[in-house]
Amino acid sequence: MHLIVRYVRPYFKRMGLGLTIKLLGTVMDLLLPYILAHIIDDITPLQDMGLVVRWGLVMLACSFLAIAGNVIANRMAAWVARETTRRLRHDLFRKISYLSNRQIDGFTVPSLISRMTTDTYNIHRMVGMMQRIGIRAPILVVGGVAVTITLDPVLALVLTCMLPVILCIVYLVSRRSIPLFDGLQRSVDKMVRVVRENASGVRVIKALSRSEGEKERFEGVNRQVMRDENRANMVMAFSKPAMNLTLNLGLVLVVLVGAHRVNSGLCGPGVITAFLTYFTIILNAMMSVTRVLTMWSKALASAERIETVLAAPDELTVQTLPARDETAHIVFENVNFSYNHKENNLEGINFTLNRGESLGIIGPTGSGKSTLAGLLMRFYDVDSGSIRVNGRDVRSWDLKALRDCFGVVFQNDILFKKSIGENIRIGRNLSMERLEQAAKDAQAAFFVEETGGMDASLEARGANLSGGQKQRLLIARALAGRPEVLILDDSSSALDYQTDARLRRTIHSEYGDTTTVIIAQRVSSVKNCGRILVLEEGKMLGFGTHRELMESCRLYREISRLQMGEGEAV
Amino acid sequence: MNKKRGTLLRLCKYLMRYKWGLLLAVLLTVGSNLFALVGPELSGRAIDAIQPGKGLVQMEVVRYFAGRMALFYVASSVMDYLLNVLMIAISRRITYQMRKDIFTRLADMPVGYFDTHATGDIISRISYDTDTINASLSSDLVQIFASVITIVVSLYKMLTIQASLVLVFLVTVPLSILITRRITQKTHPLFRLRSRKLGELNGFVEEMISGQKTLKAYNQEENTLDELDDINGQAVEAYYQSEYQTAAMGPSVNFIHNLSLTLISVFGTMLYMGGKMTVGDISSFVLYSRKFSGPIREIADIFNELQSSVAAAERVFRIIDEPVEPADRADARVLAGVQGRVQLEHVSFGYTPERTVLKDFSLEARPGQLIAIVGPTGAGKTTLINLLMRFYDPQSGVIRVDGQEIPGLTRSSLRLAWSMVLQDTWLFYGTIAENIAYGRPGATREEIEAAARAAHIHNFITRLPQGYDTILTDDAANISKGQKQLLTIARAMLMDSPMLILDEATSNVDTRTEMVVQQAMRELMQGKTCFVVAHRLSTVRSADRILVVREGNVVESGTHPELMARKGFYWELYQAQFV
Repeated sequence: MHLIVRYVRPYFKRMGLGLTIKLLGTVMDLLLPYILAHIIDDITPLQDMGLVVRWGLVMLACSFLAIAGNVIANRMAAWVARETTRRLRHDLFRKISYLSNRQIDGFTVPSLISRMTTDTYNIHRMVGMMQRIGIRAPILVVGGVAVTITLDPVLALVLTCMLPVILCIVYLVSRRSIPLFDGLQRSVDKMVRVVRENASGVRVIKALSRSEGEKERFEGVNRQVMRDENRANMVMAFSKPAMNLTLNLGLVLVVLVGAHRVNSGLCGPGVITAFLTYFTIILNAMMSVTRVLTMWSKALASAERIETVLAAPDELTVQTLPARDETAHIVFENVNFSYNHKENNLEGINFTLNRGESLGIIGPTGSGKSTLAGLLMRFYDVDSGSIRVNGRDVRSWDLKALRDCFGVVFQNDILFKKSIGENIRIGRNLSMERLEQAAKDAQAAFFVEETGGMDASLEARGANLSGGQKQRLLIARALAGRPEVLILDDSSSALDYQTDARLRRTIHSEYGDTTTVIIAQRVSSVKNCGRILVLEEGKMLGFGTHRELMESCRLYREISRLQMGEGEAV
Repeated sequence: MNKKRGTLLRLCKYLMRYKWGLLLAVLLTVGSNLFALVGPELSGRAIDAIQPGKGLVQMEVVRYFAGRMALFYVASSVMDYLLNVLMIAISRRITYQMRKDIFTRLADMPVGYFDTHATGDIISRISYDTDTINASLSSDLVQIFASVITIVVSLYKMLTIQASLVLVFLVTVPLSILITRRITQKTHPLFRLRSRKLGELNGFVEEMISGQKTLKAYNQEENTLDELDDINGQAVEAYYQSEYQTAAMGPSVNFIHNLSLTLISVFGTMLYMGGKMTVGDISSFVLYSRKFSGPIREIADIFNELQSSVAAAERVFRIIDEPVEPADRADARVLAGVQGRVQLEHVSFGYTPERTVLKDFSLEARPGQLIAIVGPTGAGKTTLINLLMRFYDPQSGVIRVDGQEIPGLTRSSLRLAWSMVLQDTWLFYGTIAENIAYGRPGATREEIEAAARAAHIHNFITRLPQGYDTILTDDAANISKGQKQLLTIARAMLMDSPMLILDEATSNVDTRTEMVVQQAMRELMQGKTCFVVAHRLSTVRSADRILVVREGNVVESGTHPELMARKGFYWELYQAQFV
């Protein structure tokens, strides 16, 4: 709620104006039945045609004012909604862009995406709708009640008695139906899961001739969905007839009570006609309020979700730490790190790399290889110890300057839905020659040419490329900026051995000054590195050259033997 | 246009299965609306009884009509409720049937369909599209009936009250149709633009947030924000434009209401003065006029909704019309007592006619032989698997198992003669026991455990709190990748088919599990005709024949010593990998 108010505040003036116009328009709507009652009760006895026509013209004028006022106000409301959403999306996206990775892990990427899409959309709709219906309906209700009180306070009381009944129905129905709809959503999820599993496992299912069994499995979830749909909708089916009935029984009451009052001379019969019209207006407005209500509660939940992101504290601030006078390019000193602050994901990491050296990191899944690279680029901060680049602790670097030192390919890195050239350049100020050279160095020039050159466009996530082609483009991206440090995280797994070997040779000869960190599963990818770090469960099991490790490190020997065969890997 | 009519006709076919229910629904609609429409008439009578004024009100008459009103309204609401219940019952059956038809179709479709269609799209058809149809079918059809009835009855009532006053609608009805049509014509393309722009924005956001780590690594936060501002600007502007135009819709309809009210008031009063109408008549007429003009706009809305559900139905029917795997030949035999001799003779194949992947390829594997397929990562190695399992048929040439051409065999017996262990393990949401027994649903717990033991996964399973009844969840976070692989090996062990297709690649597996997996695979291969996508030297060396695949073509074949002697592509690969 605070969030919405904060974002709408700059447009309060404009909204105020819009609402005033809206108020006028709505009052015009309310005035019409009043004039009708006036004509019936007061003008007709005079038998003055001219007066009737004149009042008719007044009604016409009111109608025109009503349409003009409402249209203008609605358009202004749409304008406010547009500006609010534009700014909200901008701020939210900026905030997400600067969240630390620990925070992003906490929120999770899919959740951030849905906050940026569904939630902002809900707020957009709500801000517009609240100004249109959310304002009009209360005006109609309050104005209607006010007018009816001036017409006849007792009859107005009958009317106001109906409102709590309707609210009660809304409350009861939604209290019962919301958990039912929750349950329905869960069974729909189950059904979707079966379909998804069938799409991904089609080969296995066909191979085992289990299509009939799968049909039965789907039958089960499909029935479940049908049952739940039924239960939830049956409750909802109750609400509309019940509300209509309340409304209509109210009309009956008005007629009855009205008859008594006319009989006792407390009001005129024209009032009852007007009353019936107001009654319909007010209760229709109530109905639309209930519609707005679901929108409103949805948007409030969305606002809360957005607010938690916007309110997240700034992490990864630049700290002042003393620089060291050392020649080493990269230093890890007693580094400990844990994602959940319980068990360490990296423990006691110590090593030094000089400029131009290459480091291979190898170890089983989950041993902390990628984490190590993440710490080096300061996606996370160490729990204790220090990581230094050029003698300065990474926490004391300006984040932009630090990351400018790196060219990196992450595990499962992403290609964007842009041209090949833009995917390599990725917003940096690099010449076309540089891009082409990088593509060539990454062994990608050949297929870039084949795909249609640097301007050829890629599909989302590079879906129109093979695994090996994607990896080569990503490597070209990393090389294009001639980085001080090159990090390749499991980024040659889809390359065939020859290309992999050629790539390593090119990096060695063309990027000699670049310090290289290669993370891999295959011994053949790291065995030529100057230094190899063997990780298991976050601990260093070995650090040295291939030859040294073959002698000293049991795990390294095991991996080599498995991948290269008995006696081959010496 | 014709296509649209065809889709509607097919939708009607689904409806017609419940024609008696629908007939009852129509009756209920008519009843409920008629009862509701009696209301204004009765209230008019009551007001006429009140009309004489103080002390002269005929209370008996008022009470009588008020009682009638209450009765009719109750009856109308009860019928309305029954109608809702009935329509829910019908429409849920229809969507159930539709989903069932889609899935049955999916289950029988060839593998190629899933290779070329996005899973998300299939899912959105089976859930979102059927929902759209559901919502519109049940409510819209009834709504159309209700609207027509309301219009006809209120028109009739107004005609009986005062025919000349109905002339007012000769002005207002065409006017309202004209206005709403003008507005929808303007807004329709704007709404399309708006959903497209929103789709673009969502796509952009999804892409950028998924790639946030990369963007950070290359300091692209500000540039991306600029791009977002651009796309977001277009999205909110498109939204604004559509709102700007529709902003006129509600007030315009209201304006027509008000215009009718004004005209009725003026002319009604004149008629009253001329003694042609009573006050109660005017009151009834006004109430009927509100009921009359309401549905006219509703019908326009309903037609819009029907259009979207026809579009959804088109997408649904497109899946249902997709060709399924052709049925087995009428004279197809069941493959039994398999020896395991596999022959390919002059086989040519391509996924598309333009690009041949296999060209005039021949091969013979004798029972118990090991055929290794090696080559760089990429398309091609799976092609052979696709052909052997008959997921695809070759364009020319013959494949035989035990001397019998495979098109002459039933698909199910052919496929069950193979066990298949693929690199991307496929497990479904269910217990471990169900997953192992997937290929042989009737297997006993003892058989399952024996298979698990043979796959070296039994000990791990028994250490889990629920043992064999442990549920494998979506992300299967409770079990490692290597263990998943062992489960699929156990599945193949339980099948014990005479022939085997195996994908050896086991990257991302820790070394200890890797050793176990390798051991289990070796045991699985015992005595079977095996086609192995090989990644290990030991496998390649012991193979009876090695097929070297490059860019989708088999470029060399022979035994390890033969290929090494040739010093061709295989030799190069071998040098790069192992030396």
